[in-house]
Amino acid sequence: MSSIDTTTNAGQLLASSSGGRRRPGDRIFSNLSVLAGITILLLLAGVAIFLVGQAWPAITAATSELPNQESLVSYVAPLVFGTMLAAGLAVVIAVPLATAVALFITHIAPRRLAQPLGYVIDLLAAIPSIVYGLWGIAVLGPASVPVTEWLADKLSFIPFFAGPASVTGRTMFVVGIVLALMILPIVSAVAREVFSQTPKRLQEGAMALGATRWEMIRMTVLPFGRSALISGSMLGLGRALGETMAVAIILSGSGAVTFNLISTDNPSTIAANIALQFPESSGIDVNVLIASGLVLFAITLVVNMAARAVIARSNVQ
Amino acid sequence: MSGPRAGTPAEARKLLGGSGKRGALPGGASWMAVGAAAIVVAALLLVTGIFAAGFLVVGTMIVASIGLYAWSRSVEGARSAKDRMMSMGIASAFALAMIPLASLLWTVVSKGINRFDVAFFTESARGVIGAGGGASHAIVGTLVITGIATLISVPIGLMAAIYLNEYGGTSRLRRALTFFVDVMTGIPSIVAGLFAYALFEIFFGPGIRLGIMGSVALTVLMIPIVIRSSEEILKIVPNHLREASYALGTPKWKTITKVVLPTALAGLVTGIMLAIARIVGETAPLLVTTGVIDSMNANAFDGRMQNLAVYAYNEYKNPGVPPEPSFDRAWTAVLVLILIVMLLNLAARWVYRRFGTEIR
Repeated sequence: MSSIDTTTNAGQLLASSSGGRRRPGDRIFSNLSVLAGITILLLLAGVAIFLVGQAWPAITAATSELPNQESLVSYVAPLVFGTMLAAGLAVVIAVPLATAVALFITHIAPRRLAQPLGYVIDLLAAIPSIVYGLWGIAVLGPASVPVTEWLADKLSFIPFFAGPASVTGRTMFVVGIVLALMILPIVSAVAREVFSQTPKRLQEGAMALGATRWEMIRMTVLPFGRSALISGSMLGLGRALGETMAVAIILSGSGAVTFNLISTDNPSTIAANIALQFPESSGIDVNVLIASGLVLFAITLVVNMAARAVIARSNVQ
Repeated sequence: MSGPRAGTPAEARKLLGGSGKRGALPGGASWMAVGAAAIVVAALLLVTGIFAAGFLVVGTMIVASIGLYAWSRSVEGARSAKDRMMSMGIASAFALAMIPLASLLWTVVSKGINRFDVAFFTESARGVIGAGGGASHAIVGTLVITGIATLISVPIGLMAAIYLNEYGGTSRLRRALTFFVDVMTGIPSIVAGLFAYALFEIFFGPGIRLGIMGSVALTVLMIPIVIRSSEEILKIVPNHLREASYALGTPKWKTITKVVLPTALAGLVTGIMLAIARIVGETAPLLVTTGVIDSMNANAFDGRMQNLAVYAYNEYKNPGVPPEPSFDRAWTAVLVLILIVMLLNLAARWVYRRFGTEIR
């Protein structure tokens, strides 16, 4: 911050010393950069305005005009539930794994391996979601069937595994795992960054006091990285909430509201529902879908802002 | 050894730990535990008849961790045992996370290789029902849509990053921009697609599908990535370069274009390439804006336009008769996409290493 101020001041000083007004080149260039900034703000405002504008007919329409004669709220509510369930499941699976991956790379793996492994994980973040979707339905779905059948057989008293198990594997269970894989690189990148910044003196101090490696990690690395882990998880949650194609391909959604993860009766998600319905929709149906997109936008906005707030607070400390 | 001095950590621990009987497990104890656990779990699963790869992997990890704990506890004591168990647990979790990813890459390569032939790159899918056909129209579409998005995003994103880093100071616009760029990073891709649709619907009426709409949707996703990476790079250009330039009487805009940007060039190019890699595989926003089409269309302003990701989705979702050739084409499309993404990533890294100025 302070360094930026000095250069700005130096520039201004220079500008003012040479005759009190800025050169035309300077004026044009700085105006262009301001213009770019304003364009972006306008673009974002445009996103909100146009979405609201297109959602408005659906929001104001009478219930009888809407698809299936059901109100907008009762149309969107099960989708919101499904979205939350899928994303929540993904975070529950991904965060412990991502923490372990980050710890493994920063503290456990041999130094020689650490950098290539980190690179591989970064590369995974770049794999398009459609690939995860196709892999989910072609490989993981069928592979999950014996496991879910066993769960339905032995653990059906837990509501999540009430069954009966789907024979195709197009379940919330598989969606949760695939979404977890997709957000794993993001969460672990944030965690890795902060774990590797744990002050050496703390780590060496712990070791010098005779701590084992795990005790050192538990007493220095994990407390140091806690808030980053929280914000990283929330960024991952934001990503999982808006993830579209993987869910659209894998899940056979029926619009049910249920915590049962392994049956054929699955709640759909907002994003997947839009992707599946939009190409064949027209008229008020399109407005309804855009209204549901607006809800998704609002949810991810809240989650992301909360994540940023956590980051900002931890930076102050 | 005289007095309470310890040569190795193990000896130090022994001294601090107090009680006498402390040995050490043989080297490679962890691998032995994994091997033994795998055999035990595999035998158990075969006996009970519920053999599945997932059970084997997870079971082996749990049994190995617990077994190692018990073994180490009896030889080395409780604290070492816990250390070993947690290290094993963390390594297992890492392996657990890597298995699906390895499987994913293997699946894409092994299934995609079937149709990785000349026809795939030279023919379109027009009139193709069974075998044959290709994705040349989708490849052209991907290049056009992504290219236009890049042409829009890079100037705006770069100038905004220059504003943030060189001109913004502590102004209100700078703070607002920083905040809203963060917000923009989190926009779900499908929402960006809906925005582009909502925007163009006003001018062209309902049901409109154009290549340029896809570019606009991708622009919304790409701009924040470009700004973030450019800002990071501009930030690490040392101030003394700027100050030296000012001292020579160079105007600020020339300082930026002739000193700051050239210094940061490799980093900026790397950032832009990574941003392209991030958006080139986007499916959802294009599904709702550019639509699906089987024939070649390279004009972004005239009707529907195919691209690789939507092509793969559509071949899988609406296969022909018989379905296998469609599935093969979908996998090859996905393989091509992954190759593009990987090449962009590798090239970006190469640029940074080859041309990057030492500015850290």
